[in-house]
Amino acid sequence: MNAPASPPSPYAAATTNSKVESHTLSVLVDNEPGVLARVVGLFSGRGYNIESLTVAEVAHAEHLSRITILTSGAPETIEQIHHQLERLVPVHQVTDLTVSKRSLERELAMVKVKGRGEHRTFALQLAEAFRARIVDATTESFIFELTGKPHKIDEFVDLMRPIGLVEVSRTGVAAIARGPEPI
Amino acid sequence: MSKEMTGAEMVVEALKDQGVEIIFGYPGGAVLPIYDVLFHQDKVQHILVRHEQGAAHAAEGYARSSGKVGVLLVTSGPGATNTVTGLTDALMDSIPVVCITGQVPTHLIGSDAFQECDTVGITRHCTKHNYLVKNIADLPRVLHEAFYVASSGRPGPVVVDIPKDVQFARGVYAPPRSAAHKTYHPKLDADLETIQQAVRMMAAAKRPIFYTGGGVINSGPAASTLLRELVGLTGFPITSTLMGLGAYPGSGKNWLGMLGMHGTWEANHAMHDCDLMIAVGARFDDRITGRLDAFSPGSKKIHIDIDRSSINKNVKVDLAIVGDCAHVLETMVRLWRAEAMSAEKQPLDPWWAEIEEWRAKKSLAFRNSETAIKPQYAVQRLYALTKDRDVYITTEVGQHQMWAAQHYHFEEPNRWMTSGGLGTMGYGLPAAIGAQLAHPGSLVIDIAGEASILMCIQEMSTAIQYRLPVKIFILNNEYMGMVRQWQELLHGGRYSHSYSEALPDFVKLAEAFGAKGIRCSDPASLDAAIKEMIDYDGPVIFDCVVDKVENCFPMIPSGKAHNDMLLADLSDDAGIELGAVIDEKGKMLV
Repeated sequence: MNAPASPPSPYAAATTNSKVESHTLSVLVDNEPGVLARVVGLFSGRGYNIESLTVAEVAHAEHLSRITILTSGAPETIEQIHHQLERLVPVHQVTDLTVSKRSLERELAMVKVKGRGEHRTFALQLAEAFRARIVDATTESFIFELTGKPHKIDEFVDLMRPIGLVEVSRTGVAAIARGPEPI
Repeated sequence: MSKEMTGAEMVVEALKDQGVEIIFGYPGGAVLPIYDVLFHQDKVQHILVRHEQGAAHAAEGYARSSGKVGVLLVTSGPGATNTVTGLTDALMDSIPVVCITGQVPTHLIGSDAFQECDTVGITRHCTKHNYLVKNIADLPRVLHEAFYVASSGRPGPVVVDIPKDVQFARGVYAPPRSAAHKTYHPKLDADLETIQQAVRMMAAAKRPIFYTGGGVINSGPAASTLLRELVGLTGFPITSTLMGLGAYPGSGKNWLGMLGMHGTWEANHAMHDCDLMIAVGARFDDRITGRLDAFSPGSKKIHIDIDRSSINKNVKVDLAIVGDCAHVLETMVRLWRAEAMSAEKQPLDPWWAEIEEWRAKKSLAFRNSETAIKPQYAVQRLYALTKDRDVYITTEVGQHQMWAAQHYHFEEPNRWMTSGGLGTMGYGLPAAIGAQLAHPGSLVIDIAGEASILMCIQEMSTAIQYRLPVKIFILNNEYMGMVRQWQELLHGGRYSHSYSEALPDFVKLAEAFGAKGIRCSDPASLDAAIKEMIDYDGPVIFDCVVDKVENCFPMIPSGKAHNDMLLADLSDDAGIELGAVIDEKGKMLV
């Protein structure tokens, strides 16, 4: 989902020198039909990046869903994304968890690895080091389940590649604020 | 007072409760129940347009000239898709519009039924918000919410898509309630301390300028009054975007004229050289800023806007004030009055002296002709002969639009309706119809081009049917003039498909519709012809045959800065050699 770096627009000449940053935005929305399309459509329509996106209902009685979006862009682009999201009518609250710096981020991945003999042993040792669980096994394959920050999962997947990586399924990032206060 | 009724009845009941007197629409299978309810009542007048795009623009013209919400009613499928241009136009220019669309019955949604389309999917990107109402119990709330969302905060279009079975279903109607919306809370009042800081910056400025936009008009007449008061108190110069014309009077002594791509020399130079810019309800659009890295390099910038996302979008500002213009301006006026005695206000004479030098360039000047009608002259005469009347002006899009903005002057807000953000050819005639319905006794003129007018010409029938005496003043140069001007600038004068071939005879066209047609090609008889148009009690198409090759100046070529403007060459007939002024980078721009 990462868009390739587009050539800077001459109209945007004043703002293209900034460094690209990754930010995690937590968006609390009314769980009504089309709300995800509104959020995703905002990103595609305005040319913003989505690196990962997680959405699920978090309060059934109040019809609230939380959308957690990992996005990247120059700081002024992130600021724009934040305020554009706030403008959507069914959005209750937008929080930039990267700015608040007090957040926990987790992602779950299931990683299928195929191999025999020595490869199986390597895979099991690495899985233990990463605290990955085996959730399915055959004589020639494993499926590992692991949870962690996205870069931890990236590392695990990279290590499995030479061993016999078949495929990966990831949930995208879920995030929450540390401490007693809500986001 | 809750009562039981059908969904279709709820629609009309909600319109009445929202104070809607006029709606624009076109019937079809999926809205027949609502049309049947309209048939049985006379509180809400329905204006039958000839194309749904016309309904959307007419609703916009109605809204912009009256300050009320414009309403349209169309059927499913093509009825809904035909409104997309108008909805996008309303979104770009922040015009409050409620569009009610019929939909196939809920059990057929998703089956590719006859005249089915995914209306909420299609219009999600061109509305402020939209709704598909699948349950009759939600309908009254959604209808009232649509009006609230359309008209509050930064206004915009809202679509309510109602399946046919929901129109037939019975439910309990509830009138509008003042209960707060669950999620949508536009911020009207700004933080006092920030406004105090702004006033201090204003008092310390040596070269200040007000840069105002459509937000001042949208905020309501109070904002314009307060703006005038603040300009009077401070003595600062003021310029405005295309959308904001009329908020400050065109005859006002601090008025610099419009800024931007076809703005005046003095407005653009003052923007470039100012030390403090106070942006009020304007959004730093590319037509305004020109080259961004050379935009007003030495100034501090204050930005007042009701939409937080407008701030720092294109131009980074030093002080952001999020709130409604009228609220903020009121506080500014109050603080300025209170602090005027003690504040060390800077003398502005040197700044004004500089501005007067720029003004002396007379950047709107053109070489008049005794043989051909110059388009600028035509607008000047139209202005001279109509300015003392109660007049509303709409335009299409192109050179004529810019000449109208430059040479017609507005003393009041809500008198000028033009498609600014989207630049929609075909806007002017239906918008004029909407404005005429809002102001039945007033003179409404669509300043048009011969190419644009053909895009919604079918609405002449609407004007005839409802006896709306709109005047269409066509500056006919037989070219899509602005396209031709850009082809001259960017493509070596190769006029690819920009010649208006096979034009109709506009006089006969007017007559075919049952309107009056007037043609004029002689500068000497122009005044008499314009008077004939004004005096005619009914719609008129005025075919004003103008100089074919005139270009629109001044101009900031794309990719250039405010102080890098082109002026009309008044010295000889050859005009400016346009081909060489834009570099490769600029050619990429629009």
